[in-house]
Amino acid sequence: MVLAEAEHFVRAPNWTWYILFYFFLAGLSGGSYVLATLLRLRGDSAAEAVARLGYYVAFPTMLVCPILLTLDLGQPLRFWHMLVNTTPGQLAPIFKYWSPMSVGAWALVAFGLFVTVSFLDALRRDRRGIEGAGLLAKLWSIAGAVVGLFIAGYTGVLLAVSNQPVWSDTWALGGLFLASGLSGSAALLGWLARHRRAAQPAAGAFVRAERVFLLLELVLIVAFVLTLVPAGTLGRAFGFPWILLWALALLCVLPWLRSRERTRSAVAADGTVAAPARVVVAPGLILTTLALISVLAIRAAVIFSAQ
Amino acid sequence: MVEITPGRAYGFFTDTSVCIGCKACEVACKEWNQLPGNEPVFGDGFDNTGSLDSQNWRHVKFIDNVADETMQAGDGKAWLMMSDVCKHCKHASCLEVCPTGALIRTEFDSVYIQPDVCNGCRDCIAACPYGVIGLDEHSNVAQKCTLCYDRLQGGMEPACAKACPTQSIQFGPVDELRAKASQRLDDLHGQGIAQAQLYGADDSVYGGLNAFFLLMDKPEAYHLPNAANAVLPSRNNARGYLATAVTAVLAVIGGLVALRRRREPVREPVPEPVRKQPEGGE
Repeated sequence: MVLAEAEHFVRAPNWTWYILFYFFLAGLSGGSYVLATLLRLRGDSAAEAVARLGYYVAFPTMLVCPILLTLDLGQPLRFWHMLVNTTPGQLAPIFKYWSPMSVGAWALVAFGLFVTVSFLDALRRDRRGIEGAGLLAKLWSIAGAVVGLFIAGYTGVLLAVSNQPVWSDTWALGGLFLASGLSGSAALLGWLARHRRAAQPAAGAFVRAERVFLLLELVLIVAFVLTLVPAGTLGRAFGFPWILLWALALLCVLPWLRSRERTRSAVAADGTVAAPARVVVAPGLILTTLALISVLAIRAAVIFSAQ
Repeated sequence: MVEITPGRAYGFFTDTSVCIGCKACEVACKEWNQLPGNEPVFGDGFDNTGSLDSQNWRHVKFIDNVADETMQAGDGKAWLMMSDVCKHCKHASCLEVCPTGALIRTEFDSVYIQPDVCNGCRDCIAACPYGVIGLDEHSNVAQKCTLCYDRLQGGMEPACAKACPTQSIQFGPVDELRAKASQRLDDLHGQGIAQAQLYGADDSVYGGLNAFFLLMDKPEAYHLPNAANAVLPSRNNARGYLATAVTAVLAVIGGLVALRRRREPVREPVPEPVRKQPEGGE
């Protein structure tokens, strides 16, 4: 008999908790930045108020990312080797477009720049009571959002560009992580918007956005399953105990699919009561937490089942 | 004695038909490369090394298909031994993904991890289809067979080949080894040993392996990917990014539609006083 260990064709890289939470926060940071930018482009004051919330969320979540990645390294003090080739006699920046980890390291630097500037700019505008956003801020946000989309999604491609079972058997992971990162961000921003008065009118829109992203996510989970069938690794990704994580991920977002339209009468600042109308109510803390758990569960199932 | 010239491709021809499973290669490797080794693994067989990893740069695999019960005619199928090692692939998965440039191809055409450049990200471990590389718990960087880079630079053959008592491990210029291997294969086939086959001697597996093998069964029996399964990580770049890009486009369009300004008459007339107080970064 051959030892079970020797039967592996490929060894697992042991990417575990640091990487899981990096993927999670990259999804939220990138997703929040993208949603913030979409709202900023809408232009009205309620949308801009939520947009700034998005930039406020994107900043701290982005800050933790390089810390997690650094802690995961065998030699954390050499984190900068991701950007600079220290081969003797060849000291130069290193960029390999065909290695997602190399591209991702540079993208994280670029995203850090976009997020930090947008965060400080939002802070400045809020402090000074500036309602809108200028053309330059919008252009900056659009460029940052493109990088944000990359940051939220490339982590799935990073897993696929390997020879690991499950990860390298599918093309769906990048899209899946992006869609789930956006859905988590929509839930989080919708909840935060409820707590910022100027942003409240835009809070309901996140519920609609959430449904769009959940639909995309569901389609990509189906694609993920279908790609694993011919590879013969479906049982590995969805077997026990991972099936529990997938079930958790789905159960957590089920309440979001229920209609959240309510008939509400609004009381204006001058005390007049407007006629009742149908409005979408943004969910509370529990539903938001569930949506974020779902984002985490999907990534955990993908990361841990393959190794 | 092989003459070793920089600029020429060197490698191993590991002929498993004459391997006796003595593990002298493992010992010599650890001695020369100062590898303390792992705790031995005790399983149901003669293999107490377990697998190739950061400490085991040679690993004698025992493929044991012999029945445990009393032998009768036809019981015995095979007892195969194979001294496994880094293949020093021409198209190397590890080298492809390495983000730091720590993995290089040397002047001897071997694949080498520079220990002072590697930062232990483990992308190469996820990539290597042979499970050769491991993160070392002493050095905290990725380690594997170096083809005894230091010995080659000093004009000496690698320690494992030097120690092998049956010439199962032969070191030399790859083109010469290939010629030897094809001669050996002809001899074996001539003796009626039809199952003998070469693995990695041509370019069908990862463009050719500088450390290739003569096997006594199909590659799968030795837990080696066959030519159809020998694929590079980068195959997933285009389709992975494409699917992500399509998702991004759909998500942005969907997001723009979902987040668009709607007529919500109850809310809009509310005069909103401009709030001056700063919001926190939460």
